[in-house]
Amino acid sequence: MRLIFLPATLAVCLVQTELSVAQGSISSTEFNPALSLILDGKFTSYSGAPPELMGVLQGGESEPAPEGFSLSDTEVVASANIDDKFYGFVNIGFELDENETEVELEEAWLQTLALPGGFSVKAGRLFSDIGYLNVRHAHAWDFANAPLIYDAFLGTSYADTGVQVRWIAPLDVFLEVGGEIMSGDSFPAGGRADSGTGAHTLFARLGGDAGVSNSWRVGVSFLAADSIGRESMLELTRVGFDGNTDVTMFDFVWKWARNGNPRDRNFTLVGEYLRRDEKGALTLLSQPPLTVAYDDDQSGFYLYGTYQFRPQWRVGARFDQLSLGKGLSGLPGVAVGSSDPGRWSFMLDWSNSEFSRLRFQIDSYDLNGRSSTGFVLQYVMSIGAHGAHTF
Amino acid sequence: MKHITNYHVYFLLLTLGAAPAWGQLQVFTCEPEWAALAAELGGDRIEAESAVTGLQDVHYIQARPSLIAKARRADLVICTGADLEVGWLPLLLRQANNAAIQPGAPGFMAATDFVDLLEQPQVVDRALGDIHPFGNPHIQTDPRNIGRVAAALSERLQTLDVAQAEIYAARYADFSARWETAVQRWSTRAESLRGQAIVTHHKSWVYMIDWLGLNEVATLEPKPGVPPSMSHLAGMLEQLQNEDVRLIVRSAYQNSRGSHWLSDRTEIPAVILPHTVGSVDSADDLFGMFDVMIDVLLGLGE
Repeated sequence: MRLIFLPATLAVCLVQTELSVAQGSISSTEFNPALSLILDGKFTSYSGAPPELMGVLQGGESEPAPEGFSLSDTEVVASANIDDKFYGFVNIGFELDENETEVELEEAWLQTLALPGGFSVKAGRLFSDIGYLNVRHAHAWDFANAPLIYDAFLGTSYADTGVQVRWIAPLDVFLEVGGEIMSGDSFPAGGRADSGTGAHTLFARLGGDAGVSNSWRVGVSFLAADSIGRESMLELTRVGFDGNTDVTMFDFVWKWARNGNPRDRNFTLVGEYLRRDEKGALTLLSQPPLTVAYDDDQSGFYLYGTYQFRPQWRVGARFDQLSLGKGLSGLPGVAVGSSDPGRWSFMLDWSNSEFSRLRFQIDSYDLNGRSSTGFVLQYVMSIGAHGAHTF
Repeated sequence: MKHITNYHVYFLLLTLGAAPAWGQLQVFTCEPEWAALAAELGGDRIEAESAVTGLQDVHYIQARPSLIAKARRADLVICTGADLEVGWLPLLLRQANNAAIQPGAPGFMAATDFVDLLEQPQVVDRALGDIHPFGNPHIQTDPRNIGRVAAALSERLQTLDVAQAEIYAARYADFSARWETAVQRWSTRAESLRGQAIVTHHKSWVYMIDWLGLNEVATLEPKPGVPPSMSHLAGMLEQLQNEDVRLIVRSAYQNSRGSHWLSDRTEIPAVILPHTVGSVDSADDLFGMFDVMIDVLLGLGE
């Protein structure tokens, strides 16, 4: 019941903020956090059945968008300095599922602002900082859907509850090293193993400028997750997994804009490679349940480029490919395709301002030896506080 | 053994990187005008660098890795403030893991805190374009504002680097005397411009217009931050038939198409004015920037 009151309270806060700004007065509402709301909707059409990925243990929200009209997460984001030493951030997502509204706490964390020596600590529910795209919410992606490696291996994105430490070297070049200890409650972990510290990450990044027009960043990340009874769907069967998962990721991003001024024209190239090794036991929750040993290596990559060819207009192309191991192929009911799953995507988007974007995307899928095409029309809008220009 | 050697080299590099060269104060600014001002006031006691160049639009910068690395090592960050850098500065400060430069600390300074802002909006609504709720933040086009910020910045340098306070105080006295004379010279030279009409690209010249008593009759952007549209330009063409307009003014980073389209049809000259240091040739420092600005306005340069 409490959930019903939340949007109403936020609306009141927004109205009060607006009034106080208009009158130039100082009141208690001046200390309200920066608030923003994200609207994200789609119309999707497929030639044939929705493209389901087979032969891989998937988790989280890794389902293709349903055909027709649908809403992605409608997000409420609030953030502010808590005091001179802490910053707080909350992101709550509302999702419509068969006319039931589901509420998900996507992120809720604090970050230190005043630690010495180039350190900072983040604690709470957070999007892990592994890879390039993992930390970004869906509305900030350059395409309407996630790369296949994220859908197949990370449950679209790895978010969990825990602590993160980051350190930045005092150098001319950008060098960042960090790590996280997480509860191990979210895919690709599961079951809060090791007394609720079941997942660990490590990441390092190097970045800088090459001349005034180019900037770049490269990174390497590791995720080690222990699972107890991690549930996922394998085709139509529910599957439990006990064991460990090791993920290794390499990512790079390169951005170009003449004189470093992206307003008129700019180009971005992003790529990530991901490898997932899993070892343990699978329990097919069929009748009767069946437990088998499981050991599999899977990998994949994506590469995309976007080009803003005039103010407000961008085009983009993306190529995805997965290489699935044979670890699941002997199991009953599992169809591992003969060819590696892949996809081409092309998008065109128009942003009237920094706060509104309309996108058209075509996806050409080749999954498990079956080809299909998807068409997506999408809007992404943000109301309220100005979003951050992340690299 | 080889591993140990590698670690040693690595550690040495880090230690070297951590110590600013010759104990200079590391000043990192958002815009070039504040780096130039810091250089005037700090001389060789400081090392000043700007995040944005004179050819970049300050509204559209990203918190890219090189900027995070610079903010990480800064002793003092100077920005315009008033939400001009709202898209990237808060993120940059938070990601830099540097307690010294957080807002509220002595190592952070917003220039707009020391200047009265024009165009404070009565209504804040994004349908009106990319408006700045605290007022127009483009304060650096009036040299009297530079003088106001200089006083505050010198005090800040003296607070942060107490050992050198006398040097900073002497440099400020010297700079402010030269600056006052120069402002007098520019004002006198521009006397004939009072009341003259100009067209601007973006609402980024209001402080210059206020200083010189110019008259801004139209802007190429239909709303702040919205690129000039064909229909808006056509409307302006009609409006300008009956006006005696001296110049169509834009910044070096702005697209020239709208200016040139209008200039071709009205025969009003389209010019680039230096909006900051390094935005045009010979605007290498703050004095050069305003010399060029007055020259161009008088039709002597470019």
